[in-house]
Amino acid sequence: MSGARSAACPECLRRAWLVGSLSGHIEKAAADAPGSRAHELLALSDERLVRAVARARAGSILRGAADRDPRRLLEAVAGAGAWACCRHDGRYPSGLADLRDAPAVLFGRGDPALLGELVPDGAVTIVGTRRPSGYGRELATSLAREVAAAGVGVVSGMALGIDSRAHAGALEAGGFTVAVLGNGVDIAYPASSRQLYAQIAERGLVISELPPGTAARRWSFPARNRIMAALSAMTVVVEAREPSGSLITAEFAQELGRQLGAVPGRVGTSSAAGTNGLLRDGAAVIRGAGDVLDALLPIGAEARRGAFSPRGPALDAGLGRVLELVEGGAGTPDALARASGLEPGALASALVQLELSGYLRSDTAGRYERTPLEAPEHP
Amino acid sequence: MFALARTFALVGVEAEPVYVEVDIGGGLPSFTIVGLPDAAVRESRERVRSALRNSGFKYPEHRITVNLAPADVRKAGPGFDLAIAAAILAATGQLPQAVVDNYAMAGELALDGAIRPAPGALAMAEGARGWGLRGVAVAPPDATQAALVAGLEVVPVEHVTRLRELGEGSLEPVARVEPPAPDDDLPDLADLRGHPVLRSCLEIAAAGAHSLLLIGPPGGGKTLALQRLPSLLPPLSPQELIEVTRIAGVCGENGGPRLRRPFRAPHHTISGRALVGGGSPPRPGEVTRAHRGVLFLDELGEFRRDALEALRVPLEQGSVTISRTSGTVSLPSRFMLVAASNPCPCGHGEDSGECDCHPGAVTRYRAKLSGALADRIDISLSVEPPPAEELLEDGVEDSAGVRERVLAARRRQEERLGPGRTNAEMTPGEVRRHCELDPQARQVLERGHRQLRLSARGWDRCLRLARTIADLAGAERITPDHVRRALSARRPVDP
Repeated sequence: MSGARSAACPECLRRAWLVGSLSGHIEKAAADAPGSRAHELLALSDERLVRAVARARAGSILRGAADRDPRRLLEAVAGAGAWACCRHDGRYPSGLADLRDAPAVLFGRGDPALLGELVPDGAVTIVGTRRPSGYGRELATSLAREVAAAGVGVVSGMALGIDSRAHAGALEAGGFTVAVLGNGVDIAYPASSRQLYAQIAERGLVISELPPGTAARRWSFPARNRIMAALSAMTVVVEAREPSGSLITAEFAQELGRQLGAVPGRVGTSSAAGTNGLLRDGAAVIRGAGDVLDALLPIGAEARRGAFSPRGPALDAGLGRVLELVEGGAGTPDALARASGLEPGALASALVQLELSGYLRSDTAGRYERTPLEAPEHP
Repeated sequence: MFALARTFALVGVEAEPVYVEVDIGGGLPSFTIVGLPDAAVRESRERVRSALRNSGFKYPEHRITVNLAPADVRKAGPGFDLAIAAAILAATGQLPQAVVDNYAMAGELALDGAIRPAPGALAMAEGARGWGLRGVAVAPPDATQAALVAGLEVVPVEHVTRLRELGEGSLEPVARVEPPAPDDDLPDLADLRGHPVLRSCLEIAAAGAHSLLLIGPPGGGKTLALQRLPSLLPPLSPQELIEVTRIAGVCGENGGPRLRRPFRAPHHTISGRALVGGGSPPRPGEVTRAHRGVLFLDELGEFRRDALEALRVPLEQGSVTISRTSGTVSLPSRFMLVAASNPCPCGHGEDSGECDCHPGAVTRYRAKLSGALADRIDISLSVEPPPAEELLEDGVEDSAGVRERVLAARRRQEERLGPGRTNAEMTPGEVRRHCELDPQARQVLERGHRQLRLSARGWDRCLRLARTIADLAGAERITPDHVRRALSARRPVDP
């Protein structure tokens, strides 16, 4: 990584640094509604922004911003192992142009040439709760894996939970993935995701509108959500609570006229309350990678249908019955034994057979869950 | 004037012989105890002086020196009082020399001369027999316990004046009695309704002494179920009964023999040392007190990490070795581990979609369940509260019926492995010898091992469990179904 790979004009760099240095002031000004308020603030010109968030010191802040030496700023970027790309550069992602408050500069890690691949029609944004259910985790992974395998980039926010699973799924498939951070790109946050961060930076892109070294703030996460929404033609929410940062991303996607999809969850489950609400409000139902690809690339959808839903081995009636009970919501072995009337030994044997065939998985507490693997049509 | 009495110091769960030497010489009246006494032993002189004066003996107003030999073993506790008093009486001619020569003594003195129980009566009785003595004199509550040792006179003395009668031979030793059968008032499995799989897991765990972990939200019946485990276990064999009673005695539980397997349920705030034993002189911890019985850790995720880590060795080896500069002590710890835990701190479970815990807190909590300890758990099961109508279920089997099958399975294991041994304790060599799989069963295990990501230890654990399941079914060979049943009981793996 070197400064030579950066392409940013002095004005844009100054603007980016101004936003970074005002981070604390924006935090205070946007305290009441971090999402929408920061969005409005970032759309303001330099001068009006400074007056809006730091009226008392506006003069000195503006003078300080004008005095910044762009060469020193570029050196700082290179020193952090990052590059910068301003909105006047040809590689600046086209999707961001739709934003009223498009970032002046994108800072990034990873190969800047990959920016060329980041076109809305070739990417999907997958987001969701930091505390997913096992079902949500699994779906986020497989969804990302399969769309990435089909050559679609996966954009997400590297948060714990769904976001991390989406990145991991895309990496598993050897696909292209972009992490949009709410802090400087030289900071791996959360720290426990350091390994994932390194992998994304090596094989995909880690980007942010904030200059290297800027720490995360409450306002900066909702603000980066608008970038995530703008980068792709479709945002898919896998699981979201109510309220939730993922719902903010969904809102941005709708404002921008992007497609919005949500994965249906069990009614009454709090981790799916947000996504089920989106579905009621008209979001597209996402059952798997096929639905995403159909929406993104409408041509040839028929031909692809089925290609992404592998089917498992045939099941006899007994195993089929147990599988139905798990689908019906019985999760613990006790509940399954009661519902099936099977003797514990026979039930255990059936569950292990279903698990080994890939139809079931046991979650961290030992409850059984259905995997997305589909059973063959009735024999 | 000199006299010698005999008593014991407790080191771990053994009683080490100790000579109490008393020298009474000229000089200003004083009373000194040497030979590594702790504070309680040093205070013995106040109790001994008052007890002798208040029970009509003459207390020598001279310079008294007491030496507890060997001098390099730490002496702890008030149990040395009686032997010190007896040695003083013998040295001053108030007690025949034969008494202190033939009997070892242990007991704490009250100021009026009454004798209170001291820890470790059974251990001391065994020590006295090994020492070649005729008998032991202990407080009456300790006598029933000490009388488990054959070939030894156990004389109950409730007051220091009775030592005279001991010299005259007019004190009756307690008769050695066969321990009675334990009464059957344990919590019964009939109370556990609506949990067919949980019942069968309890049965398998009891049959092979396998460790068991139940995970589920509060109120699901985990604790209720595990408290019913003792009613499924076989009774103690005579040898085990002595081991268990000896440990209980050393830990200060006086009274008669322990008839039941211990069921220890330490609170989750327990320290590692209190759990596995330690200190100087080394004291048994909960794992030793649970020897031949059950160690129940409720709220496993709340236990301190270091305490759980410390459990690994005793679980694996069946004993705890504590090294001190003064030497090494080995404490037995062959227990069955059972545990219950919420799936996460809030109790809903990370995967439920209802969990409100911070992701980091869940990770830390789970690390305790899925860490190195979990690799030593044979059976784990998710337990949730059954629907209300199931609680009225009729005709559930009670403990007696299940225990019959458990006993039959244990007999098969003893025939194969030797007395008192269980499938859970099989060494890797024994696993190879006794858990042969036919090609079909082997294929199931190999597939499970590969797809369910079992560790190498998990492979053997699965075989031991399959062996128990086959034993319960009365089968000589392990079938593919037995292996599947064992695979289904393995711990949940990380996603």
